Amino acid sequence: MNNYPFDAEEMLKKSRRMKRDLLADGTKRIHKKIAVLGGSTTHDIIRMMELFLLQQGIEPEFYESEYAQYFEDAMFGNEKLDAFAPDVIYIYTTFRNLRELPEMSMDRAAVKTLEDETYAKFEQMWKHLQEKFHCVIIQNNFEYPAFRLQGNRDASDYRGRVRFAARLNERFADYADTHENFFLHDLNYLSAQFGLDEWLDDAYWNLYKYALSMKAIPVLAFSVTNIIKSLYGKNKKALVLDLDNTLWGGVIGDDGVDGIELGEETAVGETYREFQSYLKEQKSIGVLLAVDSKNDEANALAGLNHPESVLKPEDFVDIRANWDPKSVNFTAIAKDLNIGVDSMVFVDDNPAEREIIRQQVPGAAVPEITENEASSGDTPSVSGPENYIRVLDRAGYFEVTSFSSEDARKSEMYRENAERRKAQASFADYGEYLKSLSMKAQIRPFEPVHYARIAQLTNKSNQFNLTTKRCTEADIETFAEDPETVTLYGRLEDKFGDNGIVSLIIGSEAMTLRDDEETLSRNGGRPAPAGEKALLIDLWLMSCRVLKRGMENAMMDALVSECSRRHIGCIFGYYYPTAKNAMVKDFYDTMGFTKVSEDASGNTVWKFQIPRVYTNKNRYIRVNA
Amino acid sequence: MSREEIYEKLNDVFRDVFDDDSITVNDATTSADIDGWDSLEHINLISAVEQEFGIHFGMGQIVSMKNVGEMVDIIASKVK
Repeated sequence: MNNYPFDAEEMLKKSRRMKRDLLADGTKRIHKKIAVLGGSTTHDIIRMMELFLLQQGIEPEFYESEYAQYFEDAMFGNEKLDAFAPDVIYIYTTFRNLRELPEMSMDRAAVKTLEDETYAKFEQMWKHLQEKFHCVIIQNNFEYPAFRLQGNRDASDYRGRVRFAARLNERFADYADTHENFFLHDLNYLSAQFGLDEWLDDAYWNLYKYALSMKAIPVLAFSVTNIIKSLYGKNKKALVLDLDNTLWGGVIGDDGVDGIELGEETAVGETYREFQSYLKEQKSIGVLLAVDSKNDEANALAGLNHPESVLKPEDFVDIRANWDPKSVNFTAIAKDLNIGVDSMVFVDDNPAEREIIRQQVPGAAVPEITENEASSGDTPSVSGPENYIRVLDRAGYFEVTSFSSEDARKSEMYRENAERRKAQASFADYGEYLKSLSMKAQIRPFEPVHYARIAQLTNKSNQFNLTTKRCTEADIETFAEDPETVTLYGRLEDKFGDNGIVSLIIGSEAMTLRDDEETLSRNGGRPAPAGEKALLIDLWLMSCRVLKRGMENAMMDALVSECSRRHIGCIFGYYYPTAKNAMVKDFYDTMGFTKVSEDASGNTVWKFQIPRVYTNKNRYIRVNA
Repeated sequence: MSREEIYEKLNDVFRDVFDDDSITVNDATTSADIDGWDSLEHINLISAVEQEFGIHFGMGQIVSMKNVGEMVDIIASKVK
């Protein structure tokens, strides 16, 4: 409902009702604690952030600093903030918070000192917060000032305030670029995009100490919550694209491959080509592209093989061009790629097709692009192919907060998988097929070079995920460094390619207790240590792209071997059901665990007593060779 | 626009902003009469009223309004 372009005024006015409706819609949400440390009023910013987060599947709890107390809260702390233990700290500062600014009377050295001191104050604050809370920090950079004393020269003169803001922004960016768990919120771009004169409203500053205009607040909130939802794995994964009047102008079935508008010859053709280039670039950040088109397949392929087509058939992980309802194809694509329909974005110029997807596939993202000039209905819609890029870009579907080399290879990996499926079909015996894959795995404790990918996996995996525990990089680092925590990552390669890191286990050591009647009576009603260590599995997940390859067996073997090394006698596994992880409901059973308990909501506890002689389960993968 | 028409629209704005369909405001209504109308919600209310009537309050006017009656006076003076 509140997708770009959203109605800011409506949201501000009706936020209470919207919040009530969102909370009542039955969505399962993860709970996150967000501290907003403001340099000016933040009340309505938080109100809007709450709406967007609820919509993105996160139920936020907020801490709001007292008016303009961001620095005091960060540096000296207070009991309320300490007890709150935030998952995310958002430092909302603006150009208004730069109390000391360059003056015309200053010499170069004085301006440099001022810049250094201003920057140092911020850096000191970030370091202090990171040390204290080990959580994610999001920091605004600065919008440009409302006026320019020297006019254009303000951007070049060493005393210019435009230049001062730009230099600080560059230093903030440098810090963000070289530090984990620190993210820059680009207020500078956002205010420029919105229009600085519209963004800044002195009346709101003087009346209420808001450092931006009221109507800019939803835009700001949306932008910052995009970072948060991305951190917690709520990004979209795939773009499902229509062809006619979406990737090219015209209808290929009617106009023929020579009749469609695509390429530099016409303005419209050039516009579609630019849109295709934009889509192709999405691949490089790991976005999957698929086609869902009402066309004969031969026509669809002819269009994609058009000499001016930037996108070629091999750029897509799935091409569905037929006369089935688009919702049927859309769902089939989700199934094929093994991702949820709520991770897919449907891009189609035809409002009727968009409506079908909205109704038939709840949860799918359907941006309001339209090829026709006239805008339809009440929702503000952006018309014309020249606006397609903007609509997708501003929607923040694929906000990047971490980038691993695997993201760049994602499309390739999905295609390799398709080849594996073909290979599989030619083997009568599944074991023979697995053998033919020549699989090699590395299974090791977490290592710093992989922290980013590991954290990303905990946030992205939903189906083969026993506890659905989400972790930040900081969490991963903590687990990896704790001697009483067992961490294992598994990386799988085969003859078709490298699947990268695909499986994780995190377990914590615990002492087992005896609480049988005899012990209790002998011990005055208190359980006694049993002298045997146990391992409690807090997280076990595997990427669905390596299902049925026996990787879980290799992980189990490695886990048992690590436990034996640590003199751990038994392993406890936990399964917490979610809307998506039913496939691993009986996973521990297949691994040889015994069910210990089950509660009313279906949470189960499993125990595996490590036998004196354990036989490895893995038969097809060469591990750590 | 008559005062009645202004009140009709204004009631809708109040109901939306404070999420309470039972609200009916009159000349004497003040922030003390409405649950949730504090200084922070006042900002939101003012901006919603401005949007509804397509007007802009002056800073002095926002600070000096004592009750809904005065708000309606200002609206009446700005809309034709």
